[in-house]
Amino acid sequence: MTTQTQPTAPALPADTAPGVVDLQNVSRWYGNVVAVNDISMSLGAGVTGLLGPNGAGKTTVLHMMAGFLAPSKGTVTIDGKPTWRNPAVYRDLGLVTEREAVHAFLTAEQFVLACAKMQKLKDPAGATRRALELVEMTDAAHRRIGTFSKGMRQRTRVAAALVHEPRVLLLDEPFNGMDPRQRMHMMELLHSLGDNGHTILFSSHILEEVEQVSGLVQVIVAGRLAASGDFRKIRRLMTTRPHVFAVRSSDDRRLAVALIAESSVAGIEIENGGLTVRASDYGDFTRALPRIALDQGIRLHQLVPSDESLESVFSYLLEA
Amino acid sequence: MSTVAMITARGLFGRRRALMLLPLPLLLIGLAAICRAYDLDPSQWGTAVITGLGFAVVLPVIALIVGTGVLGSEVDDGTLVHILTKPLARRDIILAKFVVAVVATAVTTSIPLFVAGLLAGSAKLGVALALAAVAGSFAYTAFFLMLSLLTRRPVLLGLVYILIWEGLLGRWVSGTRVLSIEQYVISIAAKLEPTTLLDPKVGVMTAVVMSVLFVVVCTVIAINRLGSFSLAGETS
Repeated sequence: MTTQTQPTAPALPADTAPGVVDLQNVSRWYGNVVAVNDISMSLGAGVTGLLGPNGAGKTTVLHMMAGFLAPSKGTVTIDGKPTWRNPAVYRDLGLVTEREAVHAFLTAEQFVLACAKMQKLKDPAGATRRALELVEMTDAAHRRIGTFSKGMRQRTRVAAALVHEPRVLLLDEPFNGMDPRQRMHMMELLHSLGDNGHTILFSSHILEEVEQVSGLVQVIVAGRLAASGDFRKIRRLMTTRPHVFAVRSSDDRRLAVALIAESSVAGIEIENGGLTVRASDYGDFTRALPRIALDQGIRLHQLVPSDESLESVFSYLLEA
Repeated sequence: MSTVAMITARGLFGRRRALMLLPLPLLLIGLAAICRAYDLDPSQWGTAVITGLGFAVVLPVIALIVGTGVLGSEVDDGTLVHILTKPLARRDIILAKFVVAVVATAVTTSIPLFVAGLLAGSAKLGVALALAAVAGSFAYTAFFLMLSLLTRRPVLLGLVYILIWEGLLGRWVSGTRVLSIEQYVISIAAKLEPTTLLDPKVGVMTAVVMSVLFVVVCTVIAINRLGSFSLAGETS
């Protein structure tokens, strides 16, 4: 079995600025089909989720960032250097593709060591050991990759992508095939890397994954960037949709009567467990509620924004 | 040995593909040995075995298996990405794979051709055939390596070149011979050891210059194509 060490990502030297992936007005088309349409985004240190339904253009964007696809229009740079036809960027870039092909005839250690040597690292054996420890693959390091489960292959590929401690790590659907424990470990690893100054971008179509790993999202819908930033803030900016709050208090019925007079409140439902309030203005409502409760002498037990989940944001964006 | 060459060699010889390299050389040696055992005059079988089988089939087919195997199989299964995501000059990657392909092809083809030459004539003829096979290994593998980056069906196109261009057109349309690696190999062998068993159709100077051109042009194109290697767009 694997060891139980907690992942601790390598920290970047203090004098290095955050790695920046920059896309400026990037489009990519295949004949008459536009796969990516005029996307601009800039990624700094931390973990960002690239979210979108199947076929939205996530992989196309990732491949352009990784230098495996030329943009039809616009520029894709890492630290100001173009990624297309520029192998030098791979000193600072790690890529984990969705396709899980690995040289099956090598052991995990041989594979990661080969990657370390191709990166021309000073101590490839030491870097290999550290990378395998980071993904908890030390115990299986001497087994041929061909005998691995999907999750073990995935972790081996992540180790290979991390062996040179790149500032930028791009992962396409990294949680595919992982069991819950491996998934949790990978999320912790990505968090740790992000906290230590690495720029991490991972794509996923599973909302819970993105929600757990990162508050920052880039949402792509039909080849366009539909939203960008912290998904909770994105939700609050959607002023055309009422914000839904679950409220519980010492006197729900009296609170409902007082709230309905507020201009920021669009509707209230009284249920057994409390109130469901639809507010047309997030800021006005959250400022008004404590004032009203105080005036009425009502004690508030709970105030939870119930549609701030990434899933709600995502479904709103898709409907837009 | 570079890491790229190590991975390439292990991939090439670790696959079932490697087993496909054995039957043709064994057939060549076996046929020559049978003819010799029955004491047949080399003029009756030498040309058919050396040119018809050795240079027209064994050398190009093995070069095709190896030349497309060193890169094409990694393109097909997606493992090439692990090599391409390294800060390595694309020239170094192509050259490492080319060297592995040339060595594998040259060893696999020059030994049976040497044996066939030895049985059909003399050790000198054997050496001439082996050296010509080495020269052919360079030109053929460079060509097939390039094909594996130009098309998704390098084996099919390679077979078309071997069977249609060299095998069919090369026999009947004289103008096509100037772009036939098989003809270069025959000319080089005939120059090294003149014999009635070999019937060169192009001048030796043409053969040498064109062989070098094949290697240089195909390698340059392969390096350039690898620099622009693209992954399929949307998969999820």
